[in-house]
Amino acid sequence: MDWHQLWEIVSAPDNVPIVALIPLLAFYIYLAWRQAHANDQLIDQLEADPALAKTHYRKAWPFKPGWQKEIHVWPFLLRIEFLAAIIVTIVLMVWSITLNAPLEEPANPNLTMNPAKAPWYFLGLQEMLVYFDPWIAGVVMPTLIIIGLMVIPYIDTNPKGSGYYTWKQRRFAISTFLFGFIVLWVSMIVIGTIIRGPGWMWFWPGVTWDHNRLVFEVNRDLPDIFGITGRTAKAIFGAIVMGIYFVGAWIGMHKLITLTHFNKKIYKRMSLLQYSIMQVFLILMLLLPVKILLRHVFRIKYIWITPWFNI
Amino acid sequence: MPEENGNGKNGKNGRVGLAERVKEDLQALKTEIPSKAKEQIEGLKDPTKTQVYTSIFRHKHDDTPRNRALGVLSNVFLHLHPAKINRDAVRYSYTWGMGGITFYLFVVLTFTGVLLMFYYHPTKVQAFRDILYLEHDVPFGKLLRNMHRWAAHLMVIAVWLHMFRVFLTGSYKKPREFNWNIGVLLLVFTLLLSFTGYLLPDDQLGFWAVTVGTNMARATPLLGHEGPFGPQLGMTPYNDVRFGLLGGSIVDANALLRAYIWHCIGIPIVASVLMIVHFWRVRKDGGISGPAPVMLQSEADKPRRGPKAAGE
Repeated sequence: MDWHQLWEIVSAPDNVPIVALIPLLAFYIYLAWRQAHANDQLIDQLEADPALAKTHYRKAWPFKPGWQKEIHVWPFLLRIEFLAAIIVTIVLMVWSITLNAPLEEPANPNLTMNPAKAPWYFLGLQEMLVYFDPWIAGVVMPTLIIIGLMVIPYIDTNPKGSGYYTWKQRRFAISTFLFGFIVLWVSMIVIGTIIRGPGWMWFWPGVTWDHNRLVFEVNRDLPDIFGITGRTAKAIFGAIVMGIYFVGAWIGMHKLITLTHFNKKIYKRMSLLQYSIMQVFLILMLLLPVKILLRHVFRIKYIWITPWFNI
Repeated sequence: MPEENGNGKNGKNGRVGLAERVKEDLQALKTEIPSKAKEQIEGLKDPTKTQVYTSIFRHKHDDTPRNRALGVLSNVFLHLHPAKINRDAVRYSYTWGMGGITFYLFVVLTFTGVLLMFYYHPTKVQAFRDILYLEHDVPFGKLLRNMHRWAAHLMVIAVWLHMFRVFLTGSYKKPREFNWNIGVLLLVFTLLLSFTGYLLPDDQLGFWAVTVGTNMARATPLLGHEGPFGPQLGMTPYNDVRFGLLGGSIVDANALLRAYIWHCIGIPIVASVLMIVHFWRVRKDGGISGPAPVMLQSEADKPRRGPKAAGE
């Protein structure tokens, strides 16, 4: 166990944000879960007692008759904002006094940094380069992430859970988002920051970065396993496999979407266009973990090989 | 005929000598001015009644509901807020305060960034030396650079957490769909702002990060010389999208200048405009989303009403 190596990675000034992000995320997930739990309990209680639902404040927080429902921004909100600004300033000051911004040698095109890493918030994309060609990992995926985020409000037809934390009323939406944000985005960044070493090779935490390490990975393409050699044959085979994946994932996703009685209701509210867009984005999102599994378990590099692009 | 009138008035005293008149004036000075001055100094004891004060603050400051509201509404910076809000909307556990912190960090970054610009030349010869100069010679230069760097990282985290909170509370739902989209664009511009700033010290870290980043642009489908169908469309290293980003085929002087201009002028302007829209829409879409009363199944089956239906 090389603690020094681990410390060097974790304490690198530019890695501090990602190290700080993990406890922050844990804290805020806990905070959200606690409120969601309280709200869900309240919802159960009110669903069971319609008479109470008519008079209840409908929030997990206490409310007594006679209390004002609205309060003045001055001073009740502004003092919080002022306090927040002061706290952020203090945090920044302390951080800036204790930790120096990194500065390496002057830029030198003839001396490649190894590993050459992007800023920490892009390391998820850089990690994707292991599994996909640059045009997918660097261009198509980021575009899909942005568009995918933008379509969320238009494909989520669930009227419940607007303006309060809940889990029971939005299971599918929240688990999808958690999967995309925590599993596919943050954990990929953590891998890119902490685990990837020289040559973008996998070094478990505590393993010394060996710049001379060589890994002889025998990566195969899917058509090779089936003994397909011709260029045209490979292209057609890949297209068929991708087609099967799409249809299979579509059916599987549909099963998942209509799993519960509640989700079936939501599904009925969706237009055909909303449903198709959601399916396409879910299937494309799923492509990433599928490709990661194929690579790590079966050592498969490409599924679909054409003269112009490989997937 | 004012002149004639004047003469007529002075007619009685017309023959009084000059010395007499001066004496009278002196007498007046002795009695009138001190009393006037006294009166005016007395008036200063309540500065809120002075013309200067009332010209700046257009309302009284007693602790009345009306003045509390006016304090927000009659101030250009504060009138972003409504006068009154949902009593639970100030709960930190609901909002996490991340949107406000993001904006505050943007202000901090603008402030420290402008100060840094005084010491920085975006040229290959000077850039790196300017950073050394900042670190070793400029008073508080190191602190300034550190603050700019860490505030930038903190802003990325704050944006993510803000987005996370907005998702978890379902705040993107009707009628706030459009504002969620503005927010997604702001996320992209935050990342781009941070990324363009990464190159500016012109050190190995920034150089290789930007090299790795822009190398992906080579592989843009159709528009990059290594991307699918790029070569077929006549893309070369000297005319593709990467060339446009860098102002050359490698990360060099032009790339530094381009990063500088995008970082200091281009993206901040676009991001500021989007921020204005973002804040404006928060208000226009009915204020922050909650904490709203929980919705029950029976109500979910009914069609929803306007913006009010979402919040209180």
